[in-house]
Amino acid sequence: MSPYAPHLVLPVDEHDHIRGPLTAPITLLEYGDYECPHCGAAHPIVEDIRRRMGRRLRFVYRHFPLTTAHPNAELAAEAAEAAGAQGRFWEMHDRLFEHQDALGEEDLVAHAEALGLDLERFARELADGTHAPRVRQDFISGVRSGVNGTPTFYINDARYDGAYDVASLLGALEAVLRAA
Amino acid sequence: MSALPAGTKAPDFSLHTTPDQAVSLHEFRGRRLILAFYPADWSPVCGDQMSLYQEVLPEFQRLRAELLGISVDGVWCHLAFAKDRKLRFPLLSDFEPKGEVARAYGVYHKGSGTSERALFVLDESGTIRWSYVSPIGVNPGADGILEALESLNGGPKS
Repeated sequence: MSPYAPHLVLPVDEHDHIRGPLTAPITLLEYGDYECPHCGAAHPIVEDIRRRMGRRLRFVYRHFPLTTAHPNAELAAEAAEAAGAQGRFWEMHDRLFEHQDALGEEDLVAHAEALGLDLERFARELADGTHAPRVRQDFISGVRSGVNGTPTFYINDARYDGAYDVASLLGALEAVLRAA
Repeated sequence: MSALPAGTKAPDFSLHTTPDQAVSLHEFRGRRLILAFYPADWSPVCGDQMSLYQEVLPEFQRLRAELLGISVDGVWCHLAFAKDRKLRFPLLSDFEPKGEVARAYGVYHKGSGTSERALFVLDESGTIRWSYVSPIGVNPGADGILEALESLNGGPKS
């Protein structure tokens, strides 16, 4: 039996979607799926934690669409990237998690319209699969990092296997900060 | 009881995957094989271990390995579970006598009457090249399997 501790194999870099100061002392990273109800439930918890920790935390989101279980998850992830290509990743990210019952192709275009994106470009990039390689790259980096379901969280580069209610996750983050 | 370690010849078995179809280990001679023992069908989360492996199946296949899931659930349970989760790899039923194959591999958990979450990677000759038992309640993911398969190739490959 070989002991191993699951850890992030792809370090956070400028290609990542990052919320909070780049130089924050602690990083919370999520591999998530826009159609996964558990990720939807985790979304307001993450937002709450971001508010509470302020500038001490940076939050990173990577895609891990479980396409067999969630037929809309892949295109939703690509839609977030397409919004990101127009500088609006996080607005789309929030919107998708807040509208998990509206992730069909037409819904995605409606979300893009609500955000005021260039719709022609958005629709073209979705149709062409422009952002599919990026989503795949996130997925593979997750598999190699020991993602074992969605959401999977990492605190700095260690996989966090605890509960993700506000108290547990906040406690774990504070403990890592204290130990640093 | 502890899991059979690397270097051990994998014990042969024959288990049902459907009511009228059985799968035997020796049929896989000449091919790489992943045996994924898990406690039970229907764990109540998205992206449970077997659904995750369904997503990663193309990577396993790229590394020339096939995958078998094994639990003590009966064949009808497996069929319903596989249909619900759209799993496209065989689930074997270690049902009668219950857990016999899990015991042979050293991964039967008496307290719960199920197998542990245990992974075995077998090479083309049917020898165990890597084994791992995950802590209770922790889905082990797929990274260890991929590393083990790559080491059979003589090192990481992108």
